[in-house]
Amino acid sequence: MLRLEPRPEPSRRMLALTPFAAVLLTMLAGGFLFASLGTNPLDAIRVFFWDPLFDSTVASYTRPQLLVKAAPLIIIALGLSFGFRAGIWNIGAEGQFIMGAIVGGSAGLAVYPAEGVWVFPMMVAAGALGGLLWAMIPAILKIRFNANEILVSLMLVYVAFNILAGLVTGRLRDPDGFNWPESRNFQAYPSAHNAELFAGTGVHVGVIVMAVLVLLCHLVLRNHIFGFHVRLAGQSRQAARFAGINPHVLTALCLGLSGAFAGLAGLFELAGPAGKLSTNFPLGYGFTAIIVAFLGRLHPIGILLAGLLMALTYIGGELAQFMLNVPAAAVQVFQGMLLFFLLAVDFLVNYRIRVRLRPPEDTGAAPGTETRGDTVNGPGPGKSGEEPA
Amino acid sequence: MKNSRRILAGVTAAILGIGIVAGAAIADDKLKVGFVYVGPVGDFGWTYEHDQGRLAVEAALGDKVETSYVESVPEGADAERVMTQMALSGHELIFTTSFGYMDPTINVAAKFPDVKFEHATGYKRADNVSTYSARFYEGRTVIGHIAGHMTESNVIGYIASFPIPEVVRGINSAYLAAKAVNPDVQFKIIWVFTWFDPGKEADAATALIEQGADVIMQHTDSPAAMTIAEEKGVYAFGQASDMMQFGPTARLSSIIDDWAPYYVARTQAVLDGTWESMDTWDGIEPGMVEIGEFSDRIPEDVRASAAAIRDGIAAGTLHSFTGPINRQDGTPWLAEGEIADDLTLLTMDFYVEGVEGDIPN
Repeated sequence: MLRLEPRPEPSRRMLALTPFAAVLLTMLAGGFLFASLGTNPLDAIRVFFWDPLFDSTVASYTRPQLLVKAAPLIIIALGLSFGFRAGIWNIGAEGQFIMGAIVGGSAGLAVYPAEGVWVFPMMVAAGALGGLLWAMIPAILKIRFNANEILVSLMLVYVAFNILAGLVTGRLRDPDGFNWPESRNFQAYPSAHNAELFAGTGVHVGVIVMAVLVLLCHLVLRNHIFGFHVRLAGQSRQAARFAGINPHVLTALCLGLSGAFAGLAGLFELAGPAGKLSTNFPLGYGFTAIIVAFLGRLHPIGILLAGLLMALTYIGGELAQFMLNVPAAAVQVFQGMLLFFLLAVDFLVNYRIRVRLRPPEDTGAAPGTETRGDTVNGPGPGKSGEEPA
Repeated sequence: MKNSRRILAGVTAAILGIGIVAGAAIADDKLKVGFVYVGPVGDFGWTYEHDQGRLAVEAALGDKVETSYVESVPEGADAERVMTQMALSGHELIFTTSFGYMDPTINVAAKFPDVKFEHATGYKRADNVSTYSARFYEGRTVIGHIAGHMTESNVIGYIASFPIPEVVRGINSAYLAAKAVNPDVQFKIIWVFTWFDPGKEADAATALIEQGADVIMQHTDSPAAMTIAEEKGVYAFGQASDMMQFGPTARLSSIIDDWAPYYVARTQAVLDGTWESMDTWDGIEPGMVEIGEFSDRIPEDVRASAAAIRDGIAAGTLHSFTGPINRQDGTPWLAEGEIADDLTLLTMDFYVEGVEGDIPN
């Protein structure tokens, strides 16, 4: 019989070594995977972890691209982390990401082809508002009817996607696009284009905003009363109530904040790297961000690192495909291994496995023998990976 | 949560640790040819055939070339990054094999004037960007002819991807051929808004069969519909690949894309230094569009007439769009004996008379 027991005082050193151990384990297991496919495992590991950062031919481009790829993940995950700490589960960031892009993008297209410095800021504001309003649907249903916000927010992802599909075949379709179901390309609309700030890097305003938000969230969580409320509510609902925290206000704030962040990320992505609305626009950033939030242990700096690590596996995975002719499926397995080992090692640092030699024969088990596995701080429901739509 | 700095230290150490085992890339003077695929090479449809073309380049040109590919690349920012990485890492010829790669291809090509790009099915070109496509509609005339003969319910199901000219043209071409041999034929069309999603494609096939279709055609990339057709005992056609193994009894014939000769020729042109930007739109005659073997379940006379149509198109004596043809709203499009011009075909945004429903817009 095996049972799990929380460690009363998880070792701090072990906690710090967790990512290191997980990466090593992934390299080991991944090495076997690649060797079995006939690829030199050392080459594979080099291409995944080293080349995107230091390869002489591609790294000058892939280094900034890590930031570009990670920015939406990090922005969304930062927003989610507040709710997740307080026990408010917004699983529908993908939908808020889409709605942010739709509302922000529509605002830009509504004034097309007007030029002016006000166009892009207006789109950014509209994008954040779009995500915020979409997230207020589960918030209001939760406050008013106690509807489960996990289900409502998740289902609204599919609603948002179908609104997107409807709009790009209808109102928002590019009139000069040969009936192809996509909007005008914002990259060809100077005032609305979220252009790269440094030539050849792809780094756009969203990356700067991401960095500012990481700092801001860090400060709010540590120093602001809202951060205290969030942490308190997460530790004990009861205590939070005694401290005078209105759970309804907290629900609205957490969902609204995460929605606005997701909407913001959606707009930056739309007006920048993606360029246009189409049914290919959603790539699952909103779902992947849930993993990023938990990998980063809901801590802003941790989320920053987790987002960058995730981006590294995507970009390293692309390099591995064309440099070593590794199939995409193997790359996805490798990414999955990394997440698996991070969570597994994390788990073992916080819990220990006890082997009980004799199964209990009496029915009334002594108190304290129940496992507390249900309190594991693992990832919430969600879908991993970014599958093309 | 005070351990963030330690996480940072840990991650940095991990990355540096791997650096020790990293070796240097070995440079060589083979021509590096890259391929960007929208689906997995194992889709047994569109991407599979492009990858067969890549393998043909390797087989034909041997150690003068080195090919590589990235599969399942979403159309958008990710595609642009993959192409940039390929160009940076020394690829001199890059095939981008989906319509949605058009803008990314043009963007990246502008940054790398010395790299040659070949974009499939698009319409934007540059000094270092060629476009190429196949006249798939010619194949659809042949299978439309077979479908018109084979349907007993007179309902033909059509799984359509996106309402772009390419797909609309295919529907019109298949419909005209079916209608010519079966005046009662009716097309039911489901738009799935994806090139590759076996789940959606299978659902669409099931829905069409439930609506009475006994022949399924598709303009999507996976063999999912073929599998459903086999299960439900209706007919279907291989799309992009032969797909025989997915519907040994259901499959009547197929439209096979054969990119190999084009890919070999274009790669050879780069090797010879004769590569120039151009637009290619080839059909049955040079073999870019191939008609798969006819099933024994097709009556012999239909097999013969289908073969005659195929050979007529190849010889140039037949054209898929020969008047008189009216538009869906009844207004005349082509007069008696008139043949459609390529520009109208390339921008086709209307159904021909008799096709029911609206193009989604």
